[in-house]
Amino acid sequence: MAGVTLDTVRKIYAGNVEAVKGVSLDIEDGSFCVLVGPSGCGKSTLLRMIAGLETISGGTVKIGDRIVNQIEPADRDIAMVFQNYALYPHMSVYDNMAYGLRNRGTPKDEIEKRVKEAARILAIESFLARKPRQLSGGQRQRVAMGRAIVRKPQVFLFDEPLSNLDAKLRVQMRVEIKRLQKALGVTSIYVTHDQVEAMTLSDKLVVMSGGQIEQVGSPADVYRRPETRFVATFIGSPPMNILPGTVEGPGRVSVGGQSIAVTDMREGLSAGTPVEVGLRPEDVQAGSAGVSALTMDVDFVEELGATQLFHGKVAGAEFVVQASTGQIPADTRRLTLAIDPANVHLFDPQTTKRLGRV
Amino acid sequence: MVENRPYAKFLAYLVLTIGVIIVAFPVYLAVIASTNDSATISNGNMSLLPGDQAGVNYYRTLFQGTARTSGEAVGSMMVNSFIMAMGIAFGKILISILSAFAVVYFNFPFRKTAFWIIFITLMLPVEVRIYPTYKIVADLGMLDTYTGLILPLIASATGTLLFRQFFMTVPDELLEASKIDGAGAFRFFKDTLIPLSITTIAALFVIQFIYGWNQYLWPLLITTKSSMQTVVIGIKKMLTTQDVLTEWQIAMTTAVLAMLPPVLVVIFMQRLFVKGLVETEK
Repeated sequence: MAGVTLDTVRKIYAGNVEAVKGVSLDIEDGSFCVLVGPSGCGKSTLLRMIAGLETISGGTVKIGDRIVNQIEPADRDIAMVFQNYALYPHMSVYDNMAYGLRNRGTPKDEIEKRVKEAARILAIESFLARKPRQLSGGQRQRVAMGRAIVRKPQVFLFDEPLSNLDAKLRVQMRVEIKRLQKALGVTSIYVTHDQVEAMTLSDKLVVMSGGQIEQVGSPADVYRRPETRFVATFIGSPPMNILPGTVEGPGRVSVGGQSIAVTDMREGLSAGTPVEVGLRPEDVQAGSAGVSALTMDVDFVEELGATQLFHGKVAGAEFVVQASTGQIPADTRRLTLAIDPANVHLFDPQTTKRLGRV
Repeated sequence: MVENRPYAKFLAYLVLTIGVIIVAFPVYLAVIASTNDSATISNGNMSLLPGDQAGVNYYRTLFQGTARTSGEAVGSMMVNSFIMAMGIAFGKILISILSAFAVVYFNFPFRKTAFWIIFITLMLPVEVRIYPTYKIVADLGMLDTYTGLILPLIASATGTLLFRQFFMTVPDELLEASKIDGAGAFRFFKDTLIPLSITTIAALFVIQFIYGWNQYLWPLLITTKSSMQTVVIGIKKMLTTQDVLTEWQIAMTTAVLAMLPPVLVVIFMQRLFVKGLVETEK
C-alpha cells in the first residue's frame, strides 16, 4: 500500500491549453479520495496522469516514495476502472481478469487463485466462462473491478465507473465499491461529476474547477463550510441559494432591506460592503419566524414525495426552499423564512472566496 | 410497419424473378453445356436438360485440357490461380492490417503524409501503373513466377483504409486498459486488435480472393509459359482458336470450374461473416 502525492502537477495540451494548473494534493495511504467537478475541470486528466495515460507537463506525481512521472502505466502498480469498463470483448470474464497477470508472468496457479478469490468477493463466480457481451451493465462493472482487484495494486483509480449504470444500480454499486475499498484498504482515487457519489464515497473530497482545486476536505466539512461560492453551489442538491446583500455591521447583513444575523463572518468588514449571502434550501425554516427572517414570493412548488421544493424570489433573486411535505400548504403565495445565523454563508462577490472567520 | 398490398408484393416478386432468370440463365446454360459433347453444342440442338458427357468432359478438362490449343490441363491452371488468389488475399491482409495499425496507433513524424500517400494509391489501379510495374517485375527477373504474379497486386490502399476505419471505432480505453495490463504495442495488436478484426479480415479475404482469382490483364502480361497460366487466361485462349473449332464443351466445363472457388469462398466465409456480425458487440 502507498499514498499518492501530487506536487504542482500541470497538464498543458498542444496549443497552450492548460487543463490542469498546478495541483498539489496529498492522498493518505488507504484513504478514499474523490475528485469531483463539472466536465472539463481537469479531474479526469489528473487521474490519467496518475495512471500514466497522459504525460505530465510539470510537477511530480509520487506513488509511495517513488516519483512515477517517467514510469510506464503497467509498472506504476496501479489498477484502473474505466467508465465504459474497457473489457476485452473477445475474452471470457476469466481471461479478462487474468490477462494483466499473464502479461507479467505470474504463475498459472497463482493467477487462478487470485481470479477465483476476486470472483468470490464480487459474486461473479458463475460468469467466469462468459463473454462480456453476455453480461448486464452491473455485472460488467463487477468484472472491471475484478480486473483491478486481481492485480493487488497499491492504488485503485476509478474514472466515473458508475455513470453508465441506471440510477438504482448506481446506488447499489456505490455502496459495494465503498465496502470493497474499506475491506481491501487500498488507496483509491475516484473521479466523478456526481456530487452524491462524491459525498457518499469519499474520505477526502477534492472539488475541482477550471483545472484547479477549489477545496479539499472531508465531505462534511466541504458541505458545512464551503470555501468558495463555486463549492457552495456545486455540493448540495438542490444547490445553495445565493442572494445579493450588504454588510450592516459585525454579525449582521442586509438582504433586500431585511436584516439577518450571521455567525461566521469575517471581522473588520465595513458597513455597506457588498457580499453574497448563501443559504441552503434545506437550512431555511419555512413558515416560522425566528431570530432573523426573510420573506419569499412563491412562484410554484415541486413535489419530491417526502419533501417539497418551493421556488420563488427573495429580494429579487431566485430562491428555493425545501420543506417536509404537508408542513406548508402548497398554495401559499408568500412565505416567511426563519434563518439560523449559523447557516448563513458569506462570499466575496469579487473573489468568490468565503468571508468567514479566519 | 404493417403492409398489406398483395398487388405490390406480386409485382415485386415478378420483377425479382425476371432479374434472377436473366442473371442465372447463362450460368445454367454453361453448366448444361459442360455435360454435352462437342457435336451437340455445335449443331444447336442442345437441350435444356443435362447430357451424359459430364464425366468425360470434367476428366478431360481437369487433367488433359483442350486437344488442339494450348493443351494445358485446367487442373494445373486452377492451382496457379489458387496460389495467386491466396497470395494476394493473405499478402494484402498482412500488409494492410500492419500499415493501418501503424497509421492509427503510432505517432511518428509524417504520419499524416504516410496515410495520404497510401490513400493516393487508390487512384492508381493496376491498369494505370501497368507499364512501370511490368518494367520493375521484368528487371527483377520475376516474369513467369508466382512472386511476380502476386507482389504487384498486393500493393493498394483499400485494405489499409478498411482496417483504419475499423481501428478508429475500437475504443481508446481498450488500448489504455492493455497498457495498464502490461501489454505493449505488439501484444495489444496480437491479443486484442486481431481477434476484434476477424470479421473485417474475413470480408477483406473474400473481396481479395475474388479480385485475385479474376485477374486477367496482369497474368496475361507477365506469364508466357503455359505452365504458369491462370484459369481465366486459359478460358480466353480456348475461345480464340485458329483453323480449328472451339471445343465448347471443354470451354464451358472450364468456365464452370473457374466459378467454383470464388463461390465456395463466399459460401464458407459468409458463415463466418454472419457469426461475426451476431457476436460483434455494439
